[in-house]
Amino acid sequence: MSSKINHSKPTDSEIILGILNNSSSTLRYLYKAHFPMILQLVMNNSGNEDDAKDIYQEGIIILHDKVKSGDFELTSKLKTFLYAVCRRLWLKKLSHKSRFSENIKDYEDHFAVETEIVQHEEKDQQLALMQHALTDLGEPCKTIIEDFYMHSKSMQEICEKFGYTNADNAKTQKYKCLQRLKKLFFSQK
Amino acid sequence: MKSEIDLIKRIEAYLFQEMSDEELLTFEKERKDNAELDHKVVAHLDFLKTIKGFGERKELELAMNQLHEEFDIEALKEELVEKPSKVVVLFNKYKRSLAVAASVAIVVTLATLLSTGQFNKEEHSSKYSELKRDMENIKRSQSALIRNINKSETDNSQYGGTGFALSSAGYIVTNYHVVKDADSIYVQDNKGESYKVQTIYVDPQFDIAILQITDPEFKSLAALPYTFKKTNAELGEDVYTIGYPKDDVVYGKGYLSSATGFGGDSTAYQISIPVNPGNSGGPLMDNRGNVIGIVSGKQTQADGAAFAVKSDFLLKAIGNIPQDSLKQKITINKKNSLAGLTRIKQVKKMQDFIFIVKVYN
Repeated sequence: MSSKINHSKPTDSEIILGILNNSSSTLRYLYKAHFPMILQLVMNNSGNEDDAKDIYQEGIIILHDKVKSGDFELTSKLKTFLYAVCRRLWLKKLSHKSRFSENIKDYEDHFAVETEIVQHEEKDQQLALMQHALTDLGEPCKTIIEDFYMHSKSMQEICEKFGYTNADNAKTQKYKCLQRLKKLFFSQK
Repeated sequence: MKSEIDLIKRIEAYLFQEMSDEELLTFEKERKDNAELDHKVVAHLDFLKTIKGFGERKELELAMNQLHEEFDIEALKEELVEKPSKVVVLFNKYKRSLAVAASVAIVVTLATLLSTGQFNKEEHSSKYSELKRDMENIKRSQSALIRNINKSETDNSQYGGTGFALSSAGYIVTNYHVVKDADSIYVQDNKGESYKVQTIYVDPQFDIAILQITDPEFKSLAALPYTFKKTNAELGEDVYTIGYPKDDVVYGKGYLSSATGFGGDSTAYQISIPVNPGNSGGPLMDNRGNVIGIVSGKQTQADGAAFAVKSDFLLKAIGNIPQDSLKQKITINKKNSLAGLTRIKQVKKMQDFIFIVKVYN
């Protein structure tokens, strides 16, 4: 599989299409292609490989979300975008640790990606809240919600899995769960 | 509560298109009319999106972590991480030793500076040394002497200098720093006779002290062979001094090298002459047997720079002594009997008038 990908390097627009279609092979290619670049950036600017992993995955998530949200215009190479995002993220982390000022050793071209980072941080906050709310929700609600809304399982499957007598009962349970989740989620804000 | 669940039910049914056409129409009409309902629908949609986003994120993270496992991180690091230059490697390796070495160097430097008196605030004391003699040998035997102090009244003086006669009546001049803080002072002539003396006048500013021999055994001296020069001596003039840097008289010869003394002091001459501790208070003579100064000190950090108080100031000091307080007037000798003599004869003649000043305290 991987050798096949190597032979035909997907273009940037193919990658974007792949992300939109949740293609795992595209993710594999994308993820594998650019990690060395970020490892180099982080390791040579007072970070270690774990820092590099965190930063890189965050960068991929930002790219992924941006593509999915539909407002991604291919104005630069994906690689450059990824580098710019990771660079910015790493600078932020460094300034948190107050180890560094604005001067880091660069290995690629880059540009300002402030809005992307801000959007990403907002989304991260939301997701953290959701994580909390789901944990607080408890079982079986958590699994019901996850199965239905995240894994797109049918009500019938859920009904069978949890042993509800009919789908309507399961549905009512789901509504109750959803209402509680909503309450938990918004009460945290 | 109930209504809220109902509302969720309806919204969900609407979103998942489980409504009958009739219900759908009613709901859409309600949505249009009721802004609050419409807002709730949008908010719910948003919320569902967040849930979905959460699920997607989890999946993405899982997938990425799996992919990450496939990297050979060590190999990548080897390839990508910049090797520090050799100098940096060496520096890191020997950082500790360097730090230790540097600290030692600093400590040694400070200790050296401290011990050589570089930090001494008194500039003069570091560069200007007075030439009174510390009687080291006597000091060493002091404990023995103290035991039979009553039996022997011999030398237990602590400091010594040189003095020379001002007049045949037993007035002797030396440096103030020689007799400073003294309990008792004795002078000893070149025949080894000791006489007790009394300080009758000191002038710390010009470093002059005038002593008088009070010992009843003292008979007056012969007439002084030398005179005192009132005017300044000339640069380059040959000069000599006679003093007691040790227990026997020592002759030293040199020349007048500057019209001012240490740090531009106009009350003294700078002379190039070998002098040592003990020479303080000795006469500085010119070729014709005139006293032109009193040897007082030398510069420690310069070669051959000694200093002598100008005779001028000696005469002024004598003038300052209230004559009423003296038993005998100090008459300054005006007849020079050395002028025509060779240096050897001059020195020979002078020896009788030059004393060791011994200070006990």
